[in-house]
Amino acid sequence: MEKKINHPLQKYFRGPINYTTCPGCGNGIISQAILWAIEDLAMDFDKFAFVSGIGCSGWIPSPSYNTDVLHVTHGRSIAFATGLKLATPNIKVIVTAGDGDTSAIGGNHFIHACRRNIDLTMICVNNQIYGMTGGQVAPSTPYHSKTTTTPYGSIERPFDLSQVAISAGATMVARWTTFQARQLRKSIAKAILHNGFSFIEIISQCPVQYGKVIGKRNNAVDMLMDYKNRSINVRKAKKLSPDEVKDKIVVGEFIEDKQVPELTQEVKRLRKEAVSRCQK
Amino acid sequence: MINNSKTNKTDFLQGNIACAEGAIMAGCKFFAGYPITPASEIAHHLSKRMFEVDGTFIQTEDEIAAIANIVGASWGGVKSMTATSGPGISLMQENIGLAVATETPCVIVNVQRGAPSTGSPSVHLQGDILQSKFGSQGDYQIIALAPASPQEMFDFTIKAFNLAEQFRTPVFVLSDSLVGHMRERVNFPLQEELILSERKKLEHYQGIHQKIFLDEEVAPMPVFGKGLKANITGSTHKEDGFRNVSDPKIMDNAIKKLTNKILKHKEEIIEINEHEIDDAEVAILSYGLTSRAVLETVKIARKNGIKVGSFRPITVWPFPEEEVEKLSRRVKTIIVCENNLGQLFPFVKSAACEHCKVISLPPKVLGTLYYPEEILEKIKEVI
Repeated sequence: MEKKINHPLQKYFRGPINYTTCPGCGNGIISQAILWAIEDLAMDFDKFAFVSGIGCSGWIPSPSYNTDVLHVTHGRSIAFATGLKLATPNIKVIVTAGDGDTSAIGGNHFIHACRRNIDLTMICVNNQIYGMTGGQVAPSTPYHSKTTTTPYGSIERPFDLSQVAISAGATMVARWTTFQARQLRKSIAKAILHNGFSFIEIISQCPVQYGKVIGKRNNAVDMLMDYKNRSINVRKAKKLSPDEVKDKIVVGEFIEDKQVPELTQEVKRLRKEAVSRCQK
Repeated sequence: MINNSKTNKTDFLQGNIACAEGAIMAGCKFFAGYPITPASEIAHHLSKRMFEVDGTFIQTEDEIAAIANIVGASWGGVKSMTATSGPGISLMQENIGLAVATETPCVIVNVQRGAPSTGSPSVHLQGDILQSKFGSQGDYQIIALAPASPQEMFDFTIKAFNLAEQFRTPVFVLSDSLVGHMRERVNFPLQEELILSERKKLEHYQGIHQKIFLDEEVAPMPVFGKGLKANITGSTHKEDGFRNVSDPKIMDNAIKKLTNKILKHKEEIIEINEHEIDDAEVAILSYGLTSRAVLETVKIARKNGIKVGSFRPITVWPFPEEEVEKLSRRVKTIIVCENNLGQLFPFVKSAACEHCKVISLPPKVLGTLYYPEEILEKIKEVI
């Protein structure tokens, strides 16, 4: 007798929808990590909303996830999510964004969301390149990389996105690569529960566009093995000199601060104060 | 003044404050904005008032975020508004297109100022008539109302919210620095006079192909957080929200349904104020503040026995093409008075066809008020 096997995460999908990502893309691993985290927390998926922008990362929730999904303009997902969260603070709002989305066109919204400490969870897929548009240099592309817009090698230094988030005031920040799928799942669950702005950066393989840059074209496995070999936990990295961690990917949970007031709660406080001032 | 604006009262208010109070009366619960002259008073007032009415005020990092915030809040189920001036509108344009495409009700107040570029922040100019309609990419329709007084700032803001809710679309209030900053008497409506529209909401989840977009009679809106599994994208989509960015037929359907949603309801949307038009040989077409100088001109002209009337579109967009066409068959000349180099003029000329003469008459010095004499002079020339 033929036995029908359902994937445990199938219930989170809108239906039989084709994923639009390239073979070997890290989006699948990340999508699983997000959904496993929600499964682990046993939370009602209807109480989640996903906001994403233009770029490969935008297609993680849109249209696949079977809950409220808002797919918006390039770089602005955090700003839309801010309005949504302020209007409906009782739902969990998760933003998926890319590295260009986050740090180039949407850099301003990113740092201000960190500063405001609004209760959003931001999943930043850092593939170190503009994938969808054809492999152009991004603010996260390593120095001297040859891309379609840096034929002589890039002459600008990359951002360390997690460090930007910490400096800007995010209250929970973690970074993993797609190789550490289990750690990633745990950090995402923690981020969902965190009452404040949480930023999860994921170094993710783009075998088609970034693979080309590092001589691993269409070779996702090699890229994952490279992540495995170069990753070093932040606890270990702290004991090493900057030179020793130069070529490493520092991963782990960087900060978790529960003391900073969260924005939607501050709004509630202001409403109370405003009303009581009126009544005086 | 805790739960709402008081109905049935009279106040002496600045145009921008009247706009803010109108928003509260309309049920606005979310305001996002970035400081800009001459619109800032709206934000000042609402930064206090929003919290008093259980709403939210946020000063965003830029105008791009302001429009994004109000669209996000609107999907959260609340009435939302932003206010800015021309430069801010320029920054908002991409997301205004997204609001149109995702059929998101929201109100955008533009207190226009001198331009181009930074221009003259406190000089009044009706310089953004075209950018309100054509500023975002592609073909789309927009609704824009042009107030001429603080009372109209109040009334038209409520009307803008009603239209936004009825047609699930962004609506502009096209004010300018003088209307925004002038102070006049504002009558708040009686409770029974106050008519508020609410968006048609999707009540129950109806499966993955539920029809939530692209209905010329306005599809129900699946507000977030209610288990309706809303599938929203600014990319080209079908009635169920599913993206299809490669099939021109789907794009054709999306563009036509979105534009028809507004155009098929032009009669409901368009409002015109006509004054002394019935026997007029010359009609003066104007909107916003300019219409006040025109009314004065008509008064003087009529005293002198000159048959002049005023034709004032309250609704600048969608453009009242049929109404102007009818007008052009009744009069010999239409003089278009607008405080710019003739932004609505080509539309008037095109609607009038060859039925009558159409002349553009900007004020002698852009950014100043018309003197009735300069309009009279022109009338005498054409008679």
